[in-house]
Amino acid sequence: MTVQTLAEKLNLTVLSGGADALNREVTGGYCGDLLSWVMGRAPQNGAWITIMSNVNVAAVAELADISCVLLAEGVAPDAALLSRAAAEQIPLLQSPEAAFTLAGKLYGLLR
Amino acid sequence: MSAPEHIIREQYTVDGDDFQAAGGASSAMKKLLRSLGVPPDAIRRAAICMYEGEINMVIHANGGEAEVTFDGGVITMTLRDTGPGIPDPELALREGWSTATDAIRDLGFGAGMGMPNMKRNADEMTINSVINQGTVIVMTIRV
Ligand SMILES: Nc1ncnc2c1ncn2[C@@H]1O[C@H](COP(=O)(O)OP(=O)(O)OP(=O)(O)O)[C@@H](O)[C@H]1O
Ligand SMILES: [Mg+2]
Repeated sequence: MTVQTLAEKLNLTVLSGGADALNREVTGGYCGDLLSWVMGRAPQNGAWITIMSNVNVAAVAELADISCVLLAEGVAPDAALLSRAAAEQIPLLQSPEAAFTLAGKLYGLLR
Repeated sequence: MSAPEHIIREQYTVDGDDFQAAGGASSAMKKLLRSLGVPPDAIRRAAICMYEGEINMVIHANGGEAEVTFDGGVITMTLRDTGPGIPDPELALREGWSTATDAIRDLGFGAGMGMPNMKRNADEMTINSVINQGTVIVMTIRV
């Protein structure tokens, strides 16, 4: 499934990510807010569900080959994260739903 | 293959004050390795190692220097800082061990998983640390 399709199915607001980035495949996922857990455990091409909103999220997403970041609980990225995600074509997707709910739905979609 | 002129060598300065730009050396290395045609899995492992080492220098050692070499078969990452040193490297490698402050934890760091990530993703890792003088960490990845 592409990031774009995922955004549509889960009703996510797309905050950043150009056409190429939104066409990336999502083949798995990971939930977490502690960056080195995400770095070490998130699968390649995964969707990362988090409530962390600072600029280090962009670095982790880029370096760990994460396909998209899902900001749960209506969390808004801070200005530095938003501008870096936009500049580096990292899809930042936002939802008012809880991480638990998003993870459940994502799991269902990917199964 | 390993003739000196074919060894790629890059040096990056890691700023100890700049949390916003932290990860810059790792990003630059990733782009370099991609341009050299290194397989994606090796690039990913190298990027994880470099990022954790880079962030540690920012958080725990007030910055440092990173050097990357690639001889066509092995990526070698050397991280040097002149920070406080690591009193017990064995302990530092243990999952969950961290001396990070609350302010650092608020940013999402401090789980004590960075060094274990480095160890797991590198094919070889050595830590040389002298208290009050600094730390040198060398990690290699076979591509
Ligand atoms: N370059 C360094 N200089 C001094 N101490 C260091 C250095 N790198 C690591 N350490 C010490 O080793 C500990 C463990 O490092 P590790 O990267 O595993 O965890 P962390 O940085 O505290 O948290 P995390 O990496 O999960 O965000 C650190 O808390 C710190 O005490
Ligand atoms: Mg660390």
